[in-house]
Order: sequence, then structure tokens, then C-alpha cells
Amino acid sequence: MDPIIILHAGVATGTVLLFATIGEIFAERAGVLNLGLEGMMLIGAMSAFAVTVQTGNGGLGLLVAMLAAGILSLLHGLVTIHFQADQVVSGLALTFLGVGLSLVLGEGLSSAGAIALLPTYTIPVLSSIPFLGPILFTEQSVMVYVGYILIPLSWFYINHTRFGLHLRAVGENPTAADAMGVNVYRLRYIYVFVGGTLAGLAGGTISLAISPGWFSELTTGGMGWIAIGLVIFAQWNPWRAAFGSYAFGALRRTILDIQGPQMILGLRNPFFFNPYYGFFLQMLPFAFTIIVLIIGSREALRKRLGAPAALGLPYIRGERGL
Amino acid sequence: MMSNEAVKQTPPRRFQLPLQIRVEPRLEVPRWLSPVVSLGAIIVALLIGALILAIVGGNPFQAYAHIAKAAFGSLGVLSDTLVKATPLILTGLACAVAFRMKLWNIGAEGQFYMGALGASVVVLTGIVPEEASRFVTVGAMLIAGVVFGALWGFIPGWLKARMKVNEIITTLMLNYIAISLTNYFIFGVWSEGGFQMSHTFQRSAWLPRLSDYAEQAPILRGLTTHFGLVFALVAAVIVGYVLYRSIWGYEIRLIGDNPRAAEYAGINITRNTVLVMMFSGALAGLGGMSEIGGVVHRLQAAISPGYGFTGIIIAWLAKLNPIVVVPVAVLFGGLILAGREIQPAGIPRLIQGIILFMLIASDVLLRYRIRIVRRAERV
Repeated sequence: MDPIIILHAGVATGTVLLFATIGEIFAERAGVLNLGLEGMMLIGAMSAFAVTVQTGNGGLGLLVAMLAAGILSLLHGLVTIHFQADQVVSGLALTFLGVGLSLVLGEGLSSAGAIALLPTYTIPVLSSIPFLGPILFTEQSVMVYVGYILIPLSWFYINHTRFGLHLRAVGENPTAADAMGVNVYRLRYIYVFVGGTLAGLAGGTISLAISPGWFSELTTGGMGWIAIGLVIFAQWNPWRAAFGSYAFGALRRTILDIQGPQMILGLRNPFFFNPYYGFFLQMLPFAFTIIVLIIGSREALRKRLGAPAALGLPYIRGERGL
Repeated sequence: MMSNEAVKQTPPRRFQLPLQIRVEPRLEVPRWLSPVVSLGAIIVALLIGALILAIVGGNPFQAYAHIAKAAFGSLGVLSDTLVKATPLILTGLACAVAFRMKLWNIGAEGQFYMGALGASVVVLTGIVPEEASRFVTVGAMLIAGVVFGALWGFIPGWLKARMKVNEIITTLMLNYIAISLTNYFIFGVWSEGGFQMSHTFQRSAWLPRLSDYAEQAPILRGLTTHFGLVFALVAAVIVGYVLYRSIWGYEIRLIGDNPRAAEYAGINITRNTVLVMMFSGALAGLGGMSEIGGVVHRLQAAISPGYGFTGIIIAWLAKLNPIVVVPVAVLFGGLILAGREIQPAGIPRLIQGIILFMLIASDVLLRYRIRIVRRAERV
């Protein structure tokens, strides 16, 4: 129960949630709710692992994972943007499709054996910072560092660039954006695709770096849904998304560690002597997601913040808008 | 403007089809169109599924023929199909009633497990004495299953109504929590000799099966259809009555179609949110109770191969009509029954996903008319 080990592993696991959450933030900021994260992450995890087993090239694996999940997300885009179908139901359909497809294509993959994983790095100077150095910059996977870069980049992109302004406009008031000359349909497709590729990257990060291998549905184990909850907690802000993701990563690691044979506060560890209590520990991430949602929703009510105004609504050109 | 004129006078010299596809909004939808489009969507979905099966090296025609035969080929398998359809009818109804109010209860799976847990508590803790009659025992299980399911629906309903917490995520998270909770009782409390199951319930906790009456009517020998089907059919009629013949149903439908109008009309949305979630959870809980009372006769792990999630597709395919839920659930019961033997194991889920996708995509044909017109017609 060394806090540094827990936080170190938490940042690694949290990176998966971070990619998925930021991807979903992009899609939702453009007004498209995509509940298919779990399916897209599984497709990403499966294809990254399969390609890497075949070619030995982890980078190629990640690329294929991003493309595969991105293409899958375009299906959701087509159905919700052009066919104006309900985004909730379409997202659920995408989940079924992604889970089913990854199980079918990943058949027999779990016995594929060990592969060369993505490399880990220690950053020379930063790793010697007390406390933070060993957690953030020592022996972390390359994907963790990609995550560090992605947070400020996506925040800057959304809040301080012209493209980001268009993105927010399309999600808040598509009619006005259209009148301004922004192509609402095209932007929505683009950001649904961006969300898909980041979900694929999240999946690939699991199967190539964080907990390597293909374990069918257990590979993601509900992380896609937790990410959707985190988006609400994050109030569509990448910094808060990062905080939530890493906290959840640390929680997952704590749950693993707490079942060891150590003493807690001088008492015999109940989770070690009755392993069945472990089922209650398994509930924790999901219970915490609910708690985090309650916190996020209350705060949003108090500050009068909210989801992008056009989230979940199809844009039909020429019809009266909001 | 000038440039526009210029373009019109010198049309681009590229090949143009003499026919043109035009998409225009429909002003009215003929009654026959909706079922035809749904049927077409399913056929297209099955074709796409066949294509994927062929790509991964299966024989799609053999697979589909096998599904049809293994699901509906004889009285025996038809009875098994109805056994699978029973929980699906109930989870389908649970989703239909919540979706009708645009409440996204994705938690039928967890509510199903809680219903099973509730029914088991009554039997395994001896709340109902072992020598009690079947009527009393099953009645108590029924109540417990419904109450546990409703409780599991109450939590997200209350959070949604009072705290504005998104019910999609909470219901989903509660699925995982419900499954872990049931597993705790299966493994840690009621485990029978270390196995992943409780001991078998006493006979008085078994729902009657058709085969129980084989002595009077030999044709029923070996038929596994159990009394849960009656629960499911009665529930379908009740839900149909509530939705289309009662004031409460009118309120539910009005909130679903236009929450603002409902609010102006003085309908209490907060209360209805909680009540509808509880109603939905109760239906799914009844499904869980009927599954362990009628099929497995004990509490064991993995009692549901995703009935709660398939219920979502069934509700949607039935256009949220409780009566139509029944035949649709029978079809999906067949797919699940026969699909167990199909490899790779993800195929049934994949086909379900494609069907749902095709179904919602095809709705566009109800709203728009696609006409092929001659180019010359265009002015």
C-alpha cells in the first residue's frame, strides 16, 4: 500500500480513461452524444493487439486501432447526423456492434501469446522532482506522456482557437453557427471521428501497455461507461477530465492492492481473510462514478453550467432551431 | 448573382444521369409503411450479418438455417424458445415503459439480477418456511422480486428527479453493482459446497412447468415452458392498459413527447420520473424472479446472457408497444437459444447490434420520401 506505487499505477490506468474521456468531450462539444465508447474501445483494444501480434509493430497497432474505432464511430455519425436518429439508441447500438464485432474478430486471439509492448521511459530531470517525479515521470509508458501532452493541447484547442470556437458553436447553437458559415454537418462528422479515434487509442493503450493482452469483454471492463460519466463530472473540460481519470485510475489500483495480506490501521485486513468481500471492492469504481456524477450535477446546477445546449439534438437545416 | 447566372448558362460538361434521386419530407405516413420498413431493416441486417459470417469463415446459410431449426423446428425447441422469451418479454416491457417517457433505463440487466436476488432471499433465508404451500412461496418470491427490482429502479429515478443526475450512466453503473452484489451472496453466503450456486430451492418454490402435467396430457412431456410466461403475458396486458387506457399512461406519453407541455398541464414530472423508473425496475425484477423460479431453481452466477440489454432492442423494435413486445421477444428468444451453439460466440450480439442500427437508420424512410425523378422535371 505504498501511495507512490498506487499513484504511479493510477496515472497509467487513468491514461486510458483520459483518452476516452477527452475524445467524448470533443464529440459532445460538437453536440453528438456517443454512448458507444465501450464498443469502440474494445474494437481498438482488439485490433491494436491483433495487428501488433502479426507485425510486431506497436505503433502500427495503435494506428489501426484508431482508424478502426474511428470508422465505427462514423456509423454513429451517419445515423445520428444525417438520418437524425436518436443519439442514445444509436450509441447503444454501436456498443452492441462494437462488442460483438470485437468478440467475433478477436476469437482465438487471447492465446496469441506475449508481444513486445510499447516502451516505457524515465524523463531525466523531471523524474528527480520529489514525490511527483517517481509518480509521473519514472518508468511510465510512452502513452502516459502522450496523455500529458493531450490535456493542455485539447484544452487550448477547444477554448483558444478559431477551430475550437466553431466546435463549441456547433454544439451550443448549430443554427447560428450555420448562419455564420460554419458547416455544421461536416464539423459534427469530424468530431465524432476524433472521438472515435481517441476511444480506439484508449483501447489500444489497454491492450498494448496498461494490462497487455486480449481478454474479450474484460479487457475494458466497463471503463467506457465510466469515461462517459467522467465527461459529465469534467463539465466538458479537459483539465477536470484529467483529474477525474487519474483519480479513477488510482482507485482501481487501490482496489487491487487492498486485497493483499497487509494490516490496515493495525487491524487484520478483512478483504484478505474473507476474499468474498472483494465483490464489494469491485463495486467501488461504479459506485464512485455515481457519486462523482452527483457531485458534477450539483455543481452544474449551482453554477448554472450545463451540457452543450444542442447535445443530443439532430440539426436539421431549414427547420426552426432551439 | 452574376456568377450564378454564368454557371447556369454554361452547365458543366460532365456526365449526368437522366434520373435524379430526391429526398423530400413526408407529410403523412401510411399505416403499412412502418412495419414494412422495420421488416426490411431486419432483412438487411441479417444479410449484413451473413456477409460478416462469411468473411470470418462461417457458412451464413447454414448458420441461419440452424438458428431457425434450433429455435422453432419442433414443439420441444419452440417450448425452449418460449422459456428464453419469458425474461425478454419482461425486460422488453421494462425498457418500453421507461423509454416511452424518454427515461433511458439501461439498467434492466441489474434490475433483473436484483429481482432474482430478492426472490432468493425469501427462499434461502427461510422467511417463507419450507413447508409452506407453493402458492404462498411463489407469491412471496413474486413480491420480493418485484420490490427488489423496483428499489433498483428507484435509486436512479430519485437521483434523476431530485439531483438531475443522468440516468443512463447511473442505471448502467447499478448493473455492475447489482451483479457484484448477487455474486457476493452466491459465492460468499449461500455457496453450496464451494460451487458458484446456492442449493436448489424446495419444490414449492418452483414455478409450474408444462411438463408437470404430462401425466394428464402426454403431449406436454418434456416441455419446459413455465408459469413465468403467464406472468410475462399478464404484465404485457397490464403495461398496455396503463400506457394507452389510463390517465397515468397519458401523463407518461405526454411527458415523453413534450415535457414542457406536460409541465404546463400541471403534470408532476418529478414524481412520474421516480414512479416510472420503479415500474420499469419492477418489471425487470419480475423477469429475474421468474427466471430462477422457473428455470434454474437456485441462485447462481451469470443467470442472464444480457436479457436486460436485449430488452432495449426488443422495446425499440416493437416501437415501444407493449403488446408487440411479446412476438418480438419470442423471435429474439429463438435467436438467443439457437445462437448459443454458434461460433464465434460474439455472433448473436453482433447481429443484435446490426439489427438495432438498421432499425433506427431505417426510421429516416418514415420521415422522408426518396423519389427518383427525371432530371428534366427539375425546374
